[in-house]
Amino acid sequence: MLKLKVNDKDIEIEEGLTVLQACEQAGVEIPRFCYHEKLSIAGNCRMCLVEMEKSPKPIASCAMPAAEGMNIKTNTPLVEKARKGVMEFLLANHPLDCPVCDQGGECDLQDQSMYYGIDKSRFKENKRFVPEKYMGPLIKTQMTRCIHCTRCVRFATEVAGIPELGAIGRGEDMQITTYLEKAMESELSGNVIDLCPVGALTSKPYVFEARPWELKKTETIDVMDAVGSNIRVDTYGWEVKRVLPRINEEINEEWISDKTRYACDGLKSQRLDHPLKKINNEFKKISWKEAYEIIAEKIKITSSDKIAGFVGDLTNMETMFVTKEFFEKIIKSKNLEARDDNTYINTEERTNYLFNSQINGIEETDFILLIGANPRLEATILNARIRKNYVANKTEIYSFGDIGDQTYPYKKLLAETKIIREIYENKSEISKKILDSKKPLVIIGKSALNSKSGKFIFENMKKFLIDNKKITDEWNPLNILPVNASSVGSYDLNLVNNEENLILKKLQENDFEIVFLIGQDNLKFKKKDEFIVYIGSHGDNGAEIADVILPGATYTEQDGFFTNLEGKLQKAYRASFPPGEAKEDYKVLNELSELLKRKKLFQNKDELIDNLLNYLDLNQKKIKSKNFSSVDYIDEKIIINPIDYYYSNVIARASKTMSECRSIKTNLKKTGTEG
Amino acid sequence: MSLKKISKDQPEKFEFNDRNIELAKKMINNYPEGKQQSAVMSLLYIAQRQNNNWIPLAAMKYIAKFLSMPYIKVYEVATFYSMYNLTPVGKFFYQVCTTTPCMLRGAYKLVDVCKKKISNKENEISTDGNSSWMEVECLGACINAPMIQINDEYYEDLDEKKLENIIEQTMKGKTPKPGSYRGRVNSEPENNRTTLVGIKNA
Repeated sequence: MLKLKVNDKDIEIEEGLTVLQACEQAGVEIPRFCYHEKLSIAGNCRMCLVEMEKSPKPIASCAMPAAEGMNIKTNTPLVEKARKGVMEFLLANHPLDCPVCDQGGECDLQDQSMYYGIDKSRFKENKRFVPEKYMGPLIKTQMTRCIHCTRCVRFATEVAGIPELGAIGRGEDMQITTYLEKAMESELSGNVIDLCPVGALTSKPYVFEARPWELKKTETIDVMDAVGSNIRVDTYGWEVKRVLPRINEEINEEWISDKTRYACDGLKSQRLDHPLKKINNEFKKISWKEAYEIIAEKIKITSSDKIAGFVGDLTNMETMFVTKEFFEKIIKSKNLEARDDNTYINTEERTNYLFNSQINGIEETDFILLIGANPRLEATILNARIRKNYVANKTEIYSFGDIGDQTYPYKKLLAETKIIREIYENKSEISKKILDSKKPLVIIGKSALNSKSGKFIFENMKKFLIDNKKITDEWNPLNILPVNASSVGSYDLNLVNNEENLILKKLQENDFEIVFLIGQDNLKFKKKDEFIVYIGSHGDNGAEIADVILPGATYTEQDGFFTNLEGKLQKAYRASFPPGEAKEDYKVLNELSELLKRKKLFQNKDELIDNLLNYLDLNQKKIKSKNFSSVDYIDEKIIINPIDYYYSNVIARASKTMSECRSIKTNLKKTGTEG
Repeated sequence: MSLKKISKDQPEKFEFNDRNIELAKKMINNYPEGKQQSAVMSLLYIAQRQNNNWIPLAAMKYIAKFLSMPYIKVYEVATFYSMYNLTPVGKFFYQVCTTTPCMLRGAYKLVDVCKKKISNKENEISTDGNSSWMEVECLGACINAPMIQINDEYYEDLDEKKLENIIEQTMKGKTPKPGSYRGRVNSEPENNRTTLVGIKNA
């Protein structure tokens, strides 16, 4: 511990902090532009000047390590004069276009010039002009406003791992640019907009849309992947204008992926806003009552084992629970499934399908093995943590097969099941590395679990880790990387019919007469003469083949629980309301059951949530068998399935911005993950 | 100084010749293992020497690959330093010093001569394609002001006539004699030494 004085107040701080951090702990706010907690220190904006005893000049507090016995003053006339001087230089070349700048109202420079700005300019010369740069469809640049803090450059190189941004030239003529002005090839690029303290980098899709003070802000959860990033949704009336990250050190730190940030314009297009019925291949508007009656009639004349339900990738847990109750109590059928493929999931224990090491735990690991996972595209934020660990510790990372650029180097293993066999038979150098490592991390991805050997890979890796006492109370190295927001929730609710997904097989054999698709658009099957009911928000693959469409709500239009890949239960809050006649998803089946059994499943949402939480509680307490069943070995290749990152769900597919990103990416280059 | 312009006519390809690969490897070996990127400035200079005194984008890419570092980092370095030329220059590259001592001794008159004799604009190659000129900051020969640098040599104690004479020689393809044009030895006084005369090697 170090003892020092800030404004004559004695404080004690940990060693290794900077003067700026010490001041913050003493409750003194220091203005800054270039300094950012999550990035390396640059010390080039000079806004954080403070006075230090025995120093003839003011010091840049962000770059000065705090030391024993320092006497820091932040409120003296010298400090104020110094900061005013710095501000005058920053404003010398900064254009006076705040009224037409998108950053206006949330601009660091604007805020701080309220305190340190001088009302009249002494700068008589011409202001510098910098040509606009092209940085892709997501980032709008207005480089004349740039104050050269280099936060964006540091973010791109350090966190995103794409050293494409740089500062060319020097002095007044310094310019931030990408090499040959191409789009940033990162799924985290949108974060430079939040980092930019001025309006030099702003959001292109959000340009001139709204002012920050006009927007209603709702803190909620993202559903674009299974990470469950914490976000803030800004709405203007009904429309979701933008999505911003919220700080959660355990999950997304301060970042969100581009899909999380920009897919929100997909909430406005392709929406279903009225119940529809297909008559002669054309959809006709009908009322809710008519729709319910048609479905109820159909259910009454169909035997229960011919009715099946599929729950989608963005469905919240309330809806899943209602669906479960609806099938079990009203229809009395067990044909309910949440997976859209043959992913092997063992629901006997909760740790069998979670990311057990936790996202925070990634920073502690000293060895990473990726089996059939492509974390950069499947869980971008999680991948940023892996990179963070790599940058700090140069951790050894191995992957089965080539999974494209992951923003960190990794060694490639042969993508074959025989390598797995070698590992658990202790014949491979990898097994030695896992055993030698204190906190290894094995990440099994969807591509591996979806293959024929999915069960073999999972069960044997688990057995190998248990046998070698690697799974302890403190550290569980076995991690599954689910890709959908609803995945873990649906496993918690046991919406998995059996290991091989027989229901999907039956569906593909056209064995059902009524099929409920609850937000499920990713099923691969040929429709014959099933009666398909689609409950969802967007007119996509599911709605196209449906006979009756019941319009639902998206994640921003209803309260709903989601369990992220670590098993954290988080609640998404409603920021807007469903369009037209659309209803919150859980209401639909609840009301349908009223028609079928003259009684709603749940009287209100509170009752539903109580029941849901009770069920989850009981489910987690249940003691389950831990028998290992031996699995037959099949010699096969582990194929990394191609991932259409920008088109992975209905909202993203409806989004214009995502389409633009996708077309740029596919034209630019192949990533090696195409299969 | 404004931001350096990048030439619009860029060669497709650039590669070090055998001699320069040797030289580049020698430069890289000056730095400890894992810090090879420190050689970027030397390599850019080698590339500039090889490619008629300017660095094309292809060379920056080549060097980035050579040192396995991001392109943009090489680009940053090349645009930062004023002595890397990013556009083609003449075979005789005139650098006119216009910092205070030279300016006081009439450097702008030399600039006018360059404008008249070589090309109207800075960094523009003369019509015969032989030479180009630019203003530079102090070249460290203030005592012999005004002066210019042509390629690797200094031409000192100039005036308009003397510079015109030099330019006429280079136009014919001849390299003029470097050094003082008032007959001084290095930076000694004009009419021999007046102080420390008794000391032999002063």
